[in-house]
Amino acid sequence: MHNMSSSVNNLFEQLGGANAVEAAVDNFYRKVLKDDRVSGFFETVDMDRQRAKQKAFLTMAFGGPHNYSGKDMREGHAHLLAKGLNDSHVDAIIELLGSTLRDMGVAENLIQQVGAIAESTRNDVLGR
Amino acid sequence: MSTVRYGSYTCELKENESVLEGLLRQDVPVAYACKAGSCGSCLLRAVEGDVPPRAQAGLKDSWKTRGYFLACVCVPEGDISAEAVGNDARIAATVNALEAISSDVLRVRLACDSPLDFRPGQYITLLRDNGLARSYSIANLPEDGDIELHVRRIANGRMSGWLHDVASPGTRVQIQGPSGECFYVPGRADQPMLLIGTGTGLAPLYGIVRDALRQGHRGPIDLIHGAVRPSGLYLRDELTALAEAHPNFSYTASVMQADSPENFPGKFEVGPLDGLLDARFPELDGWRGFVCGDPTLVQRLKKKMFLSGMATRDIYSDAFLPSAA
Repeated sequence: MHNMSSSVNNLFEQLGGANAVEAAVDNFYRKVLKDDRVSGFFETVDMDRQRAKQKAFLTMAFGGPHNYSGKDMREGHAHLLAKGLNDSHVDAIIELLGSTLRDMGVAENLIQQVGAIAESTRNDVLGR
Repeated sequence: MSTVRYGSYTCELKENESVLEGLLRQDVPVAYACKAGSCGSCLLRAVEGDVPPRAQAGLKDSWKTRGYFLACVCVPEGDISAEAVGNDARIAATVNALEAISSDVLRVRLACDSPLDFRPGQYITLLRDNGLARSYSIANLPEDGDIELHVRRIANGRMSGWLHDVASPGTRVQIQGPSGECFYVPGRADQPMLLIGTGTGLAPLYGIVRDALRQGHRGPIDLIHGAVRPSGLYLRDELTALAEAHPNFSYTASVMQADSPENFPGKFEVGPLDGLLDARFPELDGWRGFVCGDPTLVQRLKKKMFLSGMATRDIYSDAFLPSAA
């Protein structure tokens, strides 16, 4: 079978697809909650709903199927901008994402591709 | 703008208004309690029109097929005609016994007219003939034959006050349910389990512990019951006896404030539950957890268990939402 999927889909497959997302999401979410730089943004949120959001974010960052638009990203983070969300927090999240993947033994070149996808949402997340 | 027809009433819903809010705004008599899509009190049946999926989340498939929906979380896109649910959604029951098991907790035993298929730890909604509805966890096992509820007296509580002061053996009520996902799932019999409940959050946990032991759970089972004061602790003899009979089960009572301990024999910890967890359960990787009771505490302890290494899929909880009435 000839593989017609794009490089983005290849990334998702190389990472292990939906199973990899499921394996990563608890670890990633735990890192976020334990990190004083960003944990304040997640404190009052219902855990189950928050985990579902983390999972959607990881699916997108892993190059998987998603329905995020720039508009969603802007609307979803507007209330956090009011609480002081800035570049340093986006940096921290991308760092924790990389650390999660390293824990799973993912190769550095794939981690960089995931980081690049997450990076591409920065301006929308920060409302710029 | 959607129009709701319910019996002889017609109601134009406002933007983002639920069917329940619309009906209540016009003083239409309809049962409700939690207003959060949880207790099931406001169950109605749509005979015409489309119900959004959210209004049917968690309902039995057979109910969904017949158009049952929860009015409090139903914001329809189009017009809806609804009717009250028939008796097929409810079971009549008789109060069998009422027994005070602490200064403010009443054990209520109900005999159902037809068997109720439930998992220990799930909850039912109890309905009086005046339409008043409240949810209570089931504290016992199906083979016990009746349904055991632990009802704490709430200040000015219309259902708890009635059960404590007015109801008597022979009183008839109705039951809807069961609902809830907080119960023991067989498998992984060697997994350690930690159960924490405050107040009558003990009720579902007592059912879950007995269910797990009955199903041959071999891993350690640690139950912590928290209360503000020692007078809020109950079922102490039963739990102590259960721990003596099952070496893998251990029971800890914990209170925030110890007043006159001589009146409350037996051991209990004093201090916040968070501290008890830090001291005794700092590492929960691979554990299964259950948390029931006060919503704020449930939220906080779930997070604490998760941060101590428990996987989210292994955390079961039931937050006792206050009724919105």
